[in-house]
Amino acid sequence: MKFLNQTLLDVRDQIQSGKAKSVDVVSESLERIKKYDKDINAFISMNDAAIKRAEEIDARIKKGEKVGRLAGVPIAVKDMYCTKGLKTTAASKILNNFIPQYSATVVEKLEKEGAVIVGKTNCDEFAMGSSNENSAYGVVQNPWRKGHVAGGSSGGAAAAQAARYVFGSMGTDTGGSIRQPASLCGLYGIKPTYGRVSRYGIIAYASSLDQAGPLASSTKDAAEILTSIAGFDEMDSTSSSEAVPDFAKEINTDMTNVTIGIPKEYFGDDLNPEIKSVVLNAIEVLKSQGAKFKEISLPHTKFAVPVYYLVATSEASSNLSRYDGIRYGLRVPSQDLNELYSQTRSDGFGTEVKKRIMLGTFALSSGYYDAYYKKASQVRRIILNDFLKAFTGCDAIICPVTTSTAFKVGERIKDTISMYYNDIFTTSTNLAGLPGMSIPGGLSKEGLPIGVQIMAPHFKEQTIFNISQALENNLKVDLKMKGGMVDGI
Amino acid sequence: MAYSDYETVIGLEIHAQFSVNSKLFCRCSASYGGGDNENTCPVCTGMPGALPVLNEKVVEFAVKTGLALNCKVNQKSVFSRKNYFYPDLPKGYQISQFDEPVCGNGHIEILLDGEKKKIGITRAHIEEDAGKSTHHGEFTLVNLNRSSVPLLEIVSEPDMRSPQEAAEYARTVRSVLRYLGVCDGNLEEGSMRCDCNVSVRKKGETKLGTRTELKNINSFRFIEKAIQYEIERQIDSIEAGQAIVQETRLYDSTKNKTFSMRSKEEAHDYRYFPEPDLIPLKFDEAYIAKIKTSLPELPNQRSARFQKDYSLPEYDALILTIEKEMADYYETVVKTCGNAKLASNWIMSELLRELNNSKKEISDCPIKPEALGEMIMMIDKGTISGKIAKTVFAEMFTSGKSPKDIVASQGLTQITDTSAIEKIIDEVMTANPNQLNDYRSGKDKLFGFFVGQAMKASKGQASPEVLNDLLKKKLKG
Amino acid sequence: MDKKEVEKIGRLSRLKLTSDEVDFYTNHLSMILGHFEELSSLKTDGIEPLITPTAPTAHIAKDEVKRTITTEEIIKNAPEKSGNLFRVPPVVGGD
Repeated sequence: MKFLNQTLLDVRDQIQSGKAKSVDVVSESLERIKKYDKDINAFISMNDAAIKRAEEIDARIKKGEKVGRLAGVPIAVKDMYCTKGLKTTAASKILNNFIPQYSATVVEKLEKEGAVIVGKTNCDEFAMGSSNENSAYGVVQNPWRKGHVAGGSSGGAAAAQAARYVFGSMGTDTGGSIRQPASLCGLYGIKPTYGRVSRYGIIAYASSLDQAGPLASSTKDAAEILTSIAGFDEMDSTSSSEAVPDFAKEINTDMTNVTIGIPKEYFGDDLNPEIKSVVLNAIEVLKSQGAKFKEISLPHTKFAVPVYYLVATSEASSNLSRYDGIRYGLRVPSQDLNELYSQTRSDGFGTEVKKRIMLGTFALSSGYYDAYYKKASQVRRIILNDFLKAFTGCDAIICPVTTSTAFKVGERIKDTISMYYNDIFTTSTNLAGLPGMSIPGGLSKEGLPIGVQIMAPHFKEQTIFNISQALENNLKVDLKMKGGMVDGI
Repeated sequence: MAYSDYETVIGLEIHAQFSVNSKLFCRCSASYGGGDNENTCPVCTGMPGALPVLNEKVVEFAVKTGLALNCKVNQKSVFSRKNYFYPDLPKGYQISQFDEPVCGNGHIEILLDGEKKKIGITRAHIEEDAGKSTHHGEFTLVNLNRSSVPLLEIVSEPDMRSPQEAAEYARTVRSVLRYLGVCDGNLEEGSMRCDCNVSVRKKGETKLGTRTELKNINSFRFIEKAIQYEIERQIDSIEAGQAIVQETRLYDSTKNKTFSMRSKEEAHDYRYFPEPDLIPLKFDEAYIAKIKTSLPELPNQRSARFQKDYSLPEYDALILTIEKEMADYYETVVKTCGNAKLASNWIMSELLRELNNSKKEISDCPIKPEALGEMIMMIDKGTISGKIAKTVFAEMFTSGKSPKDIVASQGLTQITDTSAIEKIIDEVMTANPNQLNDYRSGKDKLFGFFVGQAMKASKGQASPEVLNDLLKKKLKG
Repeated sequence: MDKKEVEKIGRLSRLKLTSDEVDFYTNHLSMILGHFEELSSLKTDGIEPLITPTAPTAHIAKDEVKRTITTEEIIKNAPEKSGNLFRVPPVVGGD
């Protein structure tokens, strides 16, 4: 590897200054994907125009034009983002032939900053899942260890980045779908504050929880991508007009004035000891950098999973009604409209998606609304209030991301409950709209990566990046894959 | 038992389409027509990932209407999703308002047969329209041009007791909407739709009967007819021992009947929940106050002013102010001629009759108000007689010509010159010697005969006053 | 949750379920809801439901027409169309 073992910022600088050509960088990316992705299965479709796009970027640079923050670097985009003229499936059979005629705002922003989108990554169908096993396009292998999941739902995004196909990989996170795969694949993955990044053109799973964010191989790379995609969008009523800092540039690793909360509910007796020791080690390292720690309480943590699943599936049951075989996507022909609807949807959606549509339909249905959807939305406020109270005494919170390292393909897929409760450490931030990031914290005895999660108050992603950089500088986690599926790392 | 033993209870749901440029949640044109699916985009066709963004003008119009209907404008209101599957509902849900509408608790006064009645308004909420499906037997075609066009649904209390009251309520609401300029109120084109909830109960009963909802009614006359039919159908059913089924019924105006739409099982579980893609609407007092001060004069206020300023009877003032265009027309006529009473008389009798006969709206009246004012002024000044004016008016209505031109070209100017009239009288007297003798020998009744003959000889142009005076003198001899 | 409920929910969400699927989803959904029962232990009287977790000032668009896409692009993905209209079969019989 000539380029892809470097950071996004370094290679971007080389392309911008003419020392490297985008075409060469993108070619290396495509070659690597061609070489490994038959086995890893990170991509659902490739962008045939990537090389042409790279040539255009090179030409513009040659002419002395200013090309943005992501000039000429290959980026992967989860197949939940609509890309104009490029097939977008949400990893579902029901969209297996859908070619959007518009792009997500995030995609437009990436392109405006000069990124070259090389392809669309695999994920759990409609982002519903934690292992990428619910994909109509097959499971994604974890590049660290064949036979292990890359996590989900942004499993393809994480695998693509871990395999160093690209310099950044766009994911979406509704209940942990960026942070969990980032943790399982040894990456820096951030779910920004709800409203920080436009959701326009990103296929909706649960509208009040979904956020787009990057998975990258360094703190600064993640920060640079977030700066590129964040900000108010007039096409998304829930996007925020909060000013967007130049995150990478403003990183400050001085921890002496930083107080970090340790939520006792996240460190119960049943916490996996390897994960616990990785998080405790991170705490020690930050202490050595001058950070102060205090125990805090988030007393309603145990309710986060049921609240998350009730809210998310309720919204999803409505969001997925548009897949009806009329205007786009799969249609199972029939002489009768209602038959067409139910045949198309039964054939087009996978088991987990159907399960969640039904759960959500039930939670909203007459006679159950108050006990399920409304109750969950009320507890959601209680959970937010826990965080708001906690943040009056600290600048950030540290905790685990996952309950285990990358588990084996097929190991948990039959056990819905344990799969759902895997999300225990990640769903609260979505419910409360807070930013959260998974940062590589260490390796298990088996040699699989373990992430550490940092959360911060609304719109304080900078605090997270500061802590992430302090950890990156001082933890010195060995992210070289031993026994991995790809070489050169 | 007879029909008269029953009481009818009626409530209306009026859907008013706002006259705005762009749709409720996207910036596609909200105008009528356009090529098939021409006014569409990813948002209003429910493409994956598309999101709604609220139209500023719609919010302003909703608040305006709410205030004009004496509603409480809620400082916070919430959009909700109403979930159901239908081909012209591309998202699989309609964005509407459910438990927290923008306006609540208002009322409006109607006047029917000289009696005033207050009709309560339960709520008014913003929602998006659906697209249009056209059925062709073997297949159905879907056009989404109307998808997400903004509507205000105005829900009345079940306060109406007769088809006439229901129609009058609908007319009054339409009048307010048109005064505000927020909706053109065209029932035929569907920019205003009235669904009527109708139930009957025995007189003296306090519990409401089972109601049916009547749809597909596209004129005020049909509101009356549809409800009348439905009342009789319901009473007949009850008298025959059959229970009324709560259902939606379509009105067929050609058959003058209502037909059941065959309600589907579970069709009513709409699973409303707050729309997470939109933020709740919030207004401060200042915003509401600002809109309040910007409200134009409304029909009831204008009617009161007409009674006061122009000394019009209440009935006339009301008729003249139902339509904003009519009231504007009247005031322009008054401004031109300066005679409020005469202006009202001409409009209320001649003009309304001609408009009615030719099925024209006041907005396409061939007589411009300035021209009618001019004509009235000619009567006032004695240039033409009231009788001649009717001829002139008829000509104005058909040709659109100015009264001056008509009077000049047809020589219709009133003759007030005494010598000219004396000459005519002399001729008439010479031509009727027998009658003259009879009159002079005491047959006073013949005076009318001479007036008629003289007027006829003057082609109706002689000033009646001058003619009378001269005739009296001359006949005496 | 029983089979009848699952069948009803299936119809409401326009999902055709085989009897095996009805059994499968009845099992799974009952189990999930059983686990979620713990929510009912929490008192929530008077608590306003939280929908949007951050509170951006409501963004409202000006009432102006903007054309962003062509009709051809809108109907391009339609499985069946007549001219520029979407084409679907009629409703035959009841639900």
